[in-house]
Amino acid sequence: MRFERRLEQPRWLSLAVPVGSMVVAFGVMAIVLLATGHNPLTTYRRLFDSAFFANGALTSTLVFCTPIVFTGLAAAAAFRMQLYNIGGEGQFYWGAIAGVGVALYLGDQGVTSTWVFVPAMILAGMLAGAAWAAIPGLLRAFFKTNEIITSLMLNYVAGLLVTYLIIDSKSYWRDLESFEGQTFPLGKSIPEEAKWPSAEIGSIVVPLGFGVAIVTAIVLWVAYGRTRFGFELQVIGDSQRTARFAGMRLRRKIMAVMCISGALAGLGGASYEGDFAYQIDPTGIQASFFGYTGIVVAALAAYNPLAVVPVGFLLGGLQNAGFTLQGADFPSGLVGVMQGLILFCALGGEVLIRYRVRFGRRVSAATGPAEARS
Amino acid sequence: MSGFLAAGVNDSFLVLILASAVLYGTPLLFAALGEVLAERSGVLNLGVEGMMLVGAVMGFWAVQSLDAAGGVSLAVAVAVAAMAGASMGLIHAFLVITLRANQIVSGLALTIFAGAAGLSSYLGNDLDLSGAPAAHVFAPLDLFGLGDLPVLGPILLDQSALVYLSWGCVLAIGFYLTRTRPGLNLRAVGESPAAADAMGIDVTRYRYAHTVAGGAFAGVGGACFTLQITPQWVNGLTGGAGWIAVALVIFAFWRADLCLVGAYLFGAFSALPLLLQARGWLDSIPAEVFIALPYVMTVVVLVAVSSGAAKRRLGAPAALGIPYVREER
Repeated sequence: MRFERRLEQPRWLSLAVPVGSMVVAFGVMAIVLLATGHNPLTTYRRLFDSAFFANGALTSTLVFCTPIVFTGLAAAAAFRMQLYNIGGEGQFYWGAIAGVGVALYLGDQGVTSTWVFVPAMILAGMLAGAAWAAIPGLLRAFFKTNEIITSLMLNYVAGLLVTYLIIDSKSYWRDLESFEGQTFPLGKSIPEEAKWPSAEIGSIVVPLGFGVAIVTAIVLWVAYGRTRFGFELQVIGDSQRTARFAGMRLRRKIMAVMCISGALAGLGGASYEGDFAYQIDPTGIQASFFGYTGIVVAALAAYNPLAVVPVGFLLGGLQNAGFTLQGADFPSGLVGVMQGLILFCALGGEVLIRYRVRFGRRVSAATGPAEARS
Repeated sequence: MSGFLAAGVNDSFLVLILASAVLYGTPLLFAALGEVLAERSGVLNLGVEGMMLVGAVMGFWAVQSLDAAGGVSLAVAVAVAAMAGASMGLIHAFLVITLRANQIVSGLALTIFAGAAGLSSYLGNDLDLSGAPAAHVFAPLDLFGLGDLPVLGPILLDQSALVYLSWGCVLAIGFYLTRTRPGLNLRAVGESPAAADAMGIDVTRYRYAHTVAGGAFAGVGGACFTLQITPQWVNGLTGGAGWIAVALVIFAFWRADLCLVGAYLFGAFSALPLLLQARGWLDSIPAEVFIALPYVMTVVVLVAVSSGAAKRRLGAPAALGIPYVREER
């Protein structure tokens, strides 16, 4: 088996490879399921039913996939420039904390208009996420510190902060008044008017956050593909030396990209609170792995913002179903295994885009013509 | 009289924290040693966290399901953990060496695949492992009966077999990297695969072997949690130790002996919150601050290292993260 570099990359392959990866991943997962004594067909049917086909499934999938689309956009924005911000998880928590904080504060100030709450929460979430992402960004830009490890370490710190705010302190975010809140640590609910509205299309309820996500994806696609800023990012991503010689300001761009990425993850956190969580739930928010799933989504979408939306919808649906079905006969972790497998297959499949695979022995120059003569 | 004195010294905070530093640093040490091997061959493996968790769950499964004497079943469990980690390493090796995939993304994929929401959690649930304590654990050995020697006893002589195994590994890997032919070949592969290839070294084979070996070490590191520290199966129990190990390798300039120093330093950070809590010290400061300490210190140390010595790229293999394609060199 040999690899030959392709001179041209056929366009159809860039769609066929991700789709093929999913098919192969489901095949491999079926083997894992069989090996551990589960029936893959019934497992898959339950998974897809619960994600997409059952009554109300699409509505809950849309709600659940919205944060994942945001974290997917966050990862795509950074990974495209070879900046591996894997701190989406922590930036997401910060977005949630800031979004809820602002909603609670405005509620206390007597604000009642949803159209004040929503932009305020979005802005607060984006700022908080960007600020948290600025830490690894600064360290990377000025000290050349590996942003992968620093951004990841900060996820744990942000997680501890969430736990501290609700469980270990009497913070502004904690419900200390209601009966439930006094018996068990709970987050304070945001005011009724701060809950984000939704639109009904047929029988499907589309949350506002999903609409914002689509708009954000388009904006990001334009910014990265159609502007000078995006072009410079592409150059930096391809070759830092070229970019430096062309006079591009590397440090500023690194900071900008990390902050954009963090802002997107933070916006995801705000939308998660506005659309369906309504309060800081320290275990729930950490058990969902929204930030890490975003990385899978972005990689599978080949860091194309427009592709992040459908891929996020698909993976978000499966993850939602995984959580709903979790129980004795439906092993937890199944969805994570599947996401990992899909990503492995997509990575392996990429070789098909870049290289042509030839099987069999190399035909030497001497035997070719000889055969032709005989 | 001397026994009474020893007990007094050995109960002091300093001795306790040093002894726990060794205990909590051991999983970091194993994982970091494995990562040194992989990175020296030019393969960056960010899947350490996932490989540790799979090693932890499989090692625990082995010790629970084997019906053998304690020592035998623990030895088998460590071997099982190593094999589990190695098989995870093999996935990464295939993707990045044979298929030339992006090493960073592949490593992340491995952590997601195997990590706290993936395979390790699936196996833990499917094999029904959570809730029960380990059937056998690695206990302190009390070498030469000197376990209660003042100061040295608890820190050096009253540790478990895993700790002594890790010391052996540090010596062996240090020797291997600097004094043996295959070790020097390995470094050549990591520094300049094209030159190594021209010398007749099989780059692919070296990279495969050391990435898989790195996985095995990470697996054993994970087993330290389920067989000694925790000692039971809790989903995601490594809590980022794999990532700290990746950072340790940078901190240790890709050297085995410095991994030991770094691992025990971070072991001490991990042990600190528990010890403070036990003594009731610094109660006014939220526990989360101390739990966050290892993570924050990882960032601090990385910054210190990357702005100082690593500016001269001290120790980093030159070909780290770059796939080797003979036709394209």
